Amino acid sequence: MTAPLIELRGIARVYGTGEAEVRALDGVDLIIQRGEFVAIMGPSGSGKSTAMNIIGCLDRPTGGNYLFNGVEVATLDQDQRALLRRHYLGFVFQGFNLLARTTALENVELPLIYKGLPRTDRVARAMAALAKVGLQGREGHDPSQLSGGQQQRVAIARALAGDPMVILADEPTGNLDSHRSHEIMQLLQALNRDEGITIVMVTHEEDIAAYARRLVVFTDGKIVHDATKDGT
Amino acid sequence: MLWESVRLAALAIIRNKLRSFLTVLGVVIGVAAVIAMVTVGQGSSAKVAADVESLGTDVLSIRPGKRVMGPGGGGNSAPPFTLKDAEALAGMSFIRSVSPQNSSAQTAIFGNTNTTTSVTGTNADYLDVGNWTMHLGRTFTDAEERTGAAVCILGESVRQTLFGNTDPNGETIRIKTLSCQVIGLLQAKGAGSFGQDQDDLILMPIRTVQRRMEGNQDVASITVALLPNANSARAIREITTLLRERRKLTDAEEDDFSVTDMKEIASILSGINSVLTGLLSSVAAVSLLVGGIGIMNIMLVSVTERTREIGIRLAVGAEARQVLTQFLVEAVVLSVTGGVLGIVLGLALAFAGSRVMTIPFTPDAMVVLMAFAFSALVGVVFGYFPARRAAQLDPIEALRHQ
Repeated sequence: MTAPLIELRGIARVYGTGEAEVRALDGVDLIIQRGEFVAIMGPSGSGKSTAMNIIGCLDRPTGGNYLFNGVEVATLDQDQRALLRRHYLGFVFQGFNLLARTTALENVELPLIYKGLPRTDRVARAMAALAKVGLQGREGHDPSQLSGGQQQRVAIARALAGDPMVILADEPTGNLDSHRSHEIMQLLQALNRDEGITIVMVTHEEDIAAYARRLVVFTDGKIVHDATKDGT
Repeated sequence: MLWESVRLAALAIIRNKLRSFLTVLGVVIGVAAVIAMVTVGQGSSAKVAADVESLGTDVLSIRPGKRVMGPGGGGNSAPPFTLKDAEALAGMSFIRSVSPQNSSAQTAIFGNTNTTTSVTGTNADYLDVGNWTMHLGRTFTDAEERTGAAVCILGESVRQTLFGNTDPNGETIRIKTLSCQVIGLLQAKGAGSFGQDQDDLILMPIRTVQRRMEGNQDVASITVALLPNANSARAIREITTLLRERRKLTDAEEDDFSVTDMKEIASILSGINSVLTGLLSSVAAVSLLVGGIGIMNIMLVSVTERTREIGIRLAVGAEARQVLTQFLVEAVVLSVTGGVLGIVLGLALAFAGSRVMTIPFTPDAMVVLMAFAFSALVGVVFGYFPARRAAQLDPIEALRHQ
């Protein structure tokens, strides 16, 4: 049996020291298999975003083990974690985090530049990713010329372009109205279903979480609920 | 990968036009101000140095009376020199040439034009002690000097007034009642250190002036040029001793003449000029500082935006090293662009300034290099180090940066 894609064992993340110590994560165990669509919920300060950032290697745990595809990554150095992100992970943020004054195409090309792809390949793959999120014809637009929903699609295309195993989405619909939110969720759902991309998403909205097949709930730095929906 | 970083840096520069422009502007102002000011300052120094050079090096001016410069000079009571004094000086071992002189303001007339100019009776050595060269014609012959022939050499300004651009050689001009033939034209020198016209003069053999115009045997002053390796202090002492004997001064009497080293005057001029250059340099240093602060501000103000950009790049899989190379290249490209534009602008300003002030345009590679290096360093340091700090953060910290 192959190792699970993501395995957290007793992960802790502590900010500050002494009296000011805050335990954002306090012994989290979580296993996510390939192809899952997991929604993480919980009140503010429950540690859900911290867990997400640790899974995404954007932050480091202060304790515990994190195995990605069976490999310990909690002890990797900065550059090794960068390589992991480059080759296996894609990110979608609440605030989109697109480069300003940079066209949609160039934003989507960004991860491919660091993968070292030649320019023609980059453009072809970025165009394909933009087409997949329904943004054909918008590749020359700056973020400022796009609506919130379109910006988030660019961000998803950027995450997709690198051909990741996992897309990590931190409140992907947090800045969008309900209509756009559902469009984005349908897009993510399709990617999970059709491309087999594992998706881990943080949200605080029940109807958004309902798109996922598994729900993990955090409270006070611990997982208090973990359930998989029946059927598909 | 380096090439890729250069491309990324170029893209970032083009995208952030305003930021790039302001950074470049800071460098341009700093570099241009320093280069323009220091170059103009050095040009005026060179001008003074050239004027000093035109006075002739190791030239002593000997005049009757106790004082050389300032009000009350002239020493009317002291007897003038004679040509015999000049001949005695010419016999001294360390002297290269001796030029006795007798000047007065006269009106020179040619046809229906006339000009008031300084007519100097002297000898052919005048050219050597005054650092003159002939432009046309010839200088006085020994025979002309001995017999007091009615011949004269014109300065360029006199030529222009009386003859325009035509060759005056062989023409006859009239000074007082004397008709004299033009035999030569001096090479123009232009304006002197004090703005006086050095070319407004007519030279004649001194005997011609003595016999046919003044009617006396006087020599108003003697200028001597020393041999290149002569010691001017010793020369002054020996000349003083010789002249005291010839003028039959007793030991109790003070000198009734003065021997002045022209270098002293030159050193006063140089002193004034170096103070001015120092002043200009400090103004330039302030400009450099202001330019540097401008660069620093732009770079620091954009840190928030850049930190987020670095966070995004790290999140999509960039290594810190790759991000830093890009930012370093960007800072270097902006600073070097600004530096080169600054050099061009600074030299252009200095060139224009030199033209307006009629001083030589003497750019100094060292100054150009230093101004460039300082501004470029400020640009690179303040472009690179905030980026380095951001790249060392965990990506999530960089992304959250407010």
